[in-house]
Amino acid sequence: MSLFEQPMVENAGSADKDALLAALRALLPNEAVLWEEEDLRPYECDGLSAYRRLPWLVVLPSTIEQVQAVMRLCHDRHVPVVARGAGTGLSGGALPHEHGVLLSLAKFNSILAIDVMNRTARVQPGVRNLAISQAVAPHGLYYAPDPSSQIACTIGGNVAENSGGVHCLKYGLTVHNVLKLKILTAEGELLTLGSEALDAPGYDLLALFHGSEGMLGVIIEVTVKLLPLPERAQVVLAAFDDVVKAGAAVGEIIAAGIIPAGLEMMDRLAIKAAEDFVHAGYPLDAEAILLCEVDGTNEEVSEHILRIHDILQSCGAVEVRTARDEHERMMLWKGRKAAFPAVGRLAPDYYCMDGTIPRRHLPAVLQRIGELSREYALPVANVFHAGDGNLHPLILYDANQPGELKRTEEFGGKILELCVAVGGTITGEHGVGMEKIDQMCVQFAPAELQQFHALKAAFDPAGLLNPGKAVPTLRRCAEFGAMHVHRGQLPFPELERF
Amino acid sequence: MTPASVYGEFANDRFVRMLADQTQQLQAQVGDAFARAAPLCIVGGGTKTFLGRSTKGEPLDITTHRGIVHYQPTELVITARAGTPLSEIEAVLDEHQQILAFEPPHFGGGATLGGTIACGLSGPRRAYAGAARDFVLGTTLINGRGEVLHFGGEVMKNVAGYDVSRLMSGAMGTLGVMLEVSLKVLPRPSHELTLAQVSTATAAIAQMNQWAGRPLPVSATCFVDGVLYVRLSGAASAVASAHRQLGGEIVDDAADFWARVREQRHRFFAEATVLWRVSVPPATPSLALAGDCLLEWGAALRWLNTAADAATVRKLAEQAGGHASVWRGDASNEPFHPLSPALLVVQQRVKQAFDPKGIFNRGRMYAEL
Repeated sequence: MSLFEQPMVENAGSADKDALLAALRALLPNEAVLWEEEDLRPYECDGLSAYRRLPWLVVLPSTIEQVQAVMRLCHDRHVPVVARGAGTGLSGGALPHEHGVLLSLAKFNSILAIDVMNRTARVQPGVRNLAISQAVAPHGLYYAPDPSSQIACTIGGNVAENSGGVHCLKYGLTVHNVLKLKILTAEGELLTLGSEALDAPGYDLLALFHGSEGMLGVIIEVTVKLLPLPERAQVVLAAFDDVVKAGAAVGEIIAAGIIPAGLEMMDRLAIKAAEDFVHAGYPLDAEAILLCEVDGTNEEVSEHILRIHDILQSCGAVEVRTARDEHERMMLWKGRKAAFPAVGRLAPDYYCMDGTIPRRHLPAVLQRIGELSREYALPVANVFHAGDGNLHPLILYDANQPGELKRTEEFGGKILELCVAVGGTITGEHGVGMEKIDQMCVQFAPAELQQFHALKAAFDPAGLLNPGKAVPTLRRCAEFGAMHVHRGQLPFPELERF
Repeated sequence: MTPASVYGEFANDRFVRMLADQTQQLQAQVGDAFARAAPLCIVGGGTKTFLGRSTKGEPLDITTHRGIVHYQPTELVITARAGTPLSEIEAVLDEHQQILAFEPPHFGGGATLGGTIACGLSGPRRAYAGAARDFVLGTTLINGRGEVLHFGGEVMKNVAGYDVSRLMSGAMGTLGVMLEVSLKVLPRPSHELTLAQVSTATAAIAQMNQWAGRPLPVSATCFVDGVLYVRLSGAASAVASAHRQLGGEIVDDAADFWARVREQRHRFFAEATVLWRVSVPPATPSLALAGDCLLEWGAALRWLNTAADAATVRKLAEQAGGHASVWRGDASNEPFHPLSPALLVVQQRVKQAFDPKGIFNRGRMYAEL
């Protein structure tokens, strides 16, 4: 499979593994270095389990000094380093290097300080996303970005992927909610990016590190911004007999000047899967449902709910229902949050895509995904962060059927190329990692990819951090043979131009 | 018909778009400068030349590269050429009841979109809505090799490749020439109300931070001349309810007040001989410096009119976890807070990655960049 092309690190594998192991064991406590195959096995993949590879060695340091020592050693010996948080990523970003050290930050799981007056929390990178909100809740505060994996995923990984969540239309992505980072460079040098003030002098390297997928440095400490818990949140469910009408309703809500806290859409197959799984109370005869949540002060929520009700009805919703109480609100969200595992019950395996499109192209894109689904004979359920155009088609397949995974990947690749063609992107929040590296050749021109490589080299001249991920070599693009789709050169003439 | 509405109406007209597209000329000029390693000085409306260090080079004028390329109100995104006047963009957004939520200062009539983003400037709403860089979704730029490159896009969520677009914000044109910028826009709040109460600096800092920790529709705060101002924005009922909770006198000419603060036309700025911009964690107590102050952004931004020496101001800012810039009035000091040696090396390498011959706005931000 082309996905397993060897990462390009000169002389990788030429280091002496036994000598490296001995040197690491001299630096770290005994239990913090793993080398037996059975101990390495749990690290062979992240949340994208279709891609697996055993690391050379795994280290689990517990102090910054230890990480620094590991980085220096690996740098001196030209050994690749792949950082890993909770391993919940969905693009193979934490896939190990077979001649490299897998650096687990799992032991960095302490909340170091909560500053109530300044509304910040300083945490180690291995702290779970949800744990931050739980720790600060007694002060009436929370950390806003809420990826669906928030129970398990870590804040360091959130920064590396610039994670989103269902509330990012209103509250932004990780990059909008982090004030300061401490990072270690490939050489093991400690740098502080950003500050506890609202800005910092010089280039905005803090923004650059968000979504950099472990390619530029190792995140070792994160200071996040905290927000006051909203006084009230309320959710409205609307059912439509037509996906196009549901899409139009989203535009109308925003045109009315309302920025919902969450605005989610699910199609027929996703609705059925979720309803069968958690009995959320979704209407099974709908072609699409919208979940629209507003939050804020009590009065503001009441005012917005009334207006949203009217808009949804005038857009032709066949049913509009406001959650009567907190229990019903939680149930309506439970269905959405369980959509992935729910769809997972429909087939032995599913493949989650992550493209973003300008919202107005939704009907055309869904229609084309439907055609591709028939072409590839693979069913698709669509879950959509409708407010910000982030589409998650879930392709159902069976990995045990010969050739089906390959067909699924091809189908997925086609969906991503479609997203680029309508002016969108191949990844909204899951990252490029290993998974979408070929589609990067579609989204970016050679000179743009070269600029990314130059930027990477500014931080990591030897190319030792997470090699082979996120940005393809030009050679790889040539071999992939993809046409770079630039704005205005649409290969799908049937789609509306913008 | 104003130019603004012409661009708004015909934004998708190929002819209008082509008319103001100077990409090829700009690219040729950069390519030529690259070949000769000749420094260029990027020129927009010239409203922010007072900011930062001065730079010498052949002028690269972007003001004719103008026009709104694309605006879809329901997508909450606008794309415009860098030379487009900021006022034109704001007028088009206003027709659709939308705003640039970072409320950028213009500092003069000719302010352009490119200059605003390059300087990374944000206004009164910054602490509550976000900074200029938070609203940047994508950019088209010319790098120091004369290549036209496109990063990000017109969608809110996009993690393909490094976030070069946001890196351009605040880089003061030292990394590339922005040709187009895509920004997230937001609906204009349906209601706004500004309240004022007598206060001291210490009490104002505490009050601003207490408000920020509660779910209130606050969109701007300012303390000056012994008065604490707070602006409420949102649904009518939410503004009214917050008014009852906060109390204070209603300010009648509120829009004018915030414009004077944003554009630094307020008396405080006019009287400042040496104006310092000090950025600190918002709950930091009043800095022990003689002189007058104006607080913004929930007290995270502090403008000081002080004769204290630069080393003292910078040390105090740094001890508080922040940084200090000489905004104007003292040419003998570096305008921006010095970077640590390690950070400077990395920033030099970033500069090198975009502009290998150092042709763009050489020394505009720091001598070394």
